Amino acid sequence: MKPAPFEYFAPESLDELLSLLQQYGDDAKILAGGQSLGPLLNMRLALPAVVLDVNRVSALDFQQTSSDGWHVGALTRQSRLEDNDGLAQQQPLIAAVIPYIGHRAIRNRGTVGGSLAHADPAAEWPGLAVTLEAKLSIQRAGSPERHISAEQFFVGPMMTALAPEELITQVKIPAWKPGTGWAILEFCQRHRDFAVVGVLVRMSMFGQQINEVAITLLGAGPTPIRARRAERLLMGEAATEAAFAAAAHEAGQEIEPDGDVHASADYRRHLANVLVGRALQQARQRATGGSE
Amino acid sequence: MINRQPNATNHPTRTIQLVVNGTAYERAVEPRHTLADFLRYSVGLTGTHLGCEHGVCGACTVLLDGEPVRSCIMFAVQADGHDVQTVEGLASDGELHPVQQAMWEQFGLQCGFCTPGFLMTMVDLLRRRPNPSDEEIRDALSGNLCRCTGYEPIVAAMKQAAQQMQEQP
Repeated sequence: MKPAPFEYFAPESLDELLSLLQQYGDDAKILAGGQSLGPLLNMRLALPAVVLDVNRVSALDFQQTSSDGWHVGALTRQSRLEDNDGLAQQQPLIAAVIPYIGHRAIRNRGTVGGSLAHADPAAEWPGLAVTLEAKLSIQRAGSPERHISAEQFFVGPMMTALAPEELITQVKIPAWKPGTGWAILEFCQRHRDFAVVGVLVRMSMFGQQINEVAITLLGAGPTPIRARRAERLLMGEAATEAAFAAAAHEAGQEIEPDGDVHASADYRRHLANVLVGRALQQARQRATGGSE
Repeated sequence: MINRQPNATNHPTRTIQLVVNGTAYERAVEPRHTLADFLRYSVGLTGTHLGCEHGVCGACTVLLDGEPVRSCIMFAVQADGHDVQTVEGLASDGELHPVQQAMWEQFGLQCGFCTPGFLMTMVDLLRRRPNPSDEEIRDALSGNLCRCTGYEPIVAAMKQAAQQMQEQP
């Protein structure tokens, strides 16, 4: 349970990091929080020749309100978000979800960019990015920044659209519309384990009608999954028990989860159905927007 | 004091400087040496324990610049220039820290393997939430696993420590 030897660099500038990444490409792994890469290195499931430590590139650690929403640097630690008291008003779903990420010690090192790049389908940040329709900024040496939507970014389990020479630099989240309802529910067997199945909901109302809804499932497929068929059943509809039950049932049907030691595929479908139903109720209770 | 370098190989090393429990150290390490192994072997402080070596059990928890981290999934080179506190740094002048005193009085340990990790987590909780609710305590301690006690005496110890620190800050 000790890592194999690797070469190690800890540059302080983004340019230097990108240049090293360009140089080593496939032979290198970025070390950010280390909460996912550390175990892989310890178990020798990852055997990079080079580890590029990004923790001294302080330019990537920021939170910023902008005209087009809220921007967070890739190196921002989860615990800094947790301790940001203003976040609950600015981005309520993010503020509510952060405490679900592991435990405090994990959150003290783990970063936003690291969680997204690791792309565990049961992890919270990939699910958040997809629910909030975030845009990821990606850079490589000698090229301008490129942007990609979260949904396009996640390609498979632990697989993303990142090329070996590329780095996530920041995440841009659309401004939160006041009055939007939200919910997070996770099922797991020990407190704060990875979700066996988790649900994130964002819902805005116009009077009694649902005019915008996003339902994302964690741990129910190879990536975080928007339950689009369930969402379509709700759009423009009155937010009734019956509508929620139908949408929850559809969410369970439209996913193709794996079975594993934690839960069978059938049980994951059942969890999705139950949790989506509850999450929709909670989101409805929190939604106060829209004019009558 | 043990000062056995874990570098039986000839792999390249680099020199790091850090403060551990108030004392400055300068040592050569391989980049792959974890902070946990550095503390145990290079510094000789074996109070930090290795339970799972993949960040789940919390037995390796130390304070880095005052904040709890899993030392088994951090590398010593990342602590270069930083401040580390381990369980050995809790007692002062021969007096137990309130969390240690409380764990003793409440029978919060049996084999003691998980205990250092719990203590460091408790110290951090007390700093951030001087008056934690039962729910906050259980949530904060949920990242530390214990196989012996069934957790209730550990929760009781946390409550006692919080109460005592409120009375004698």
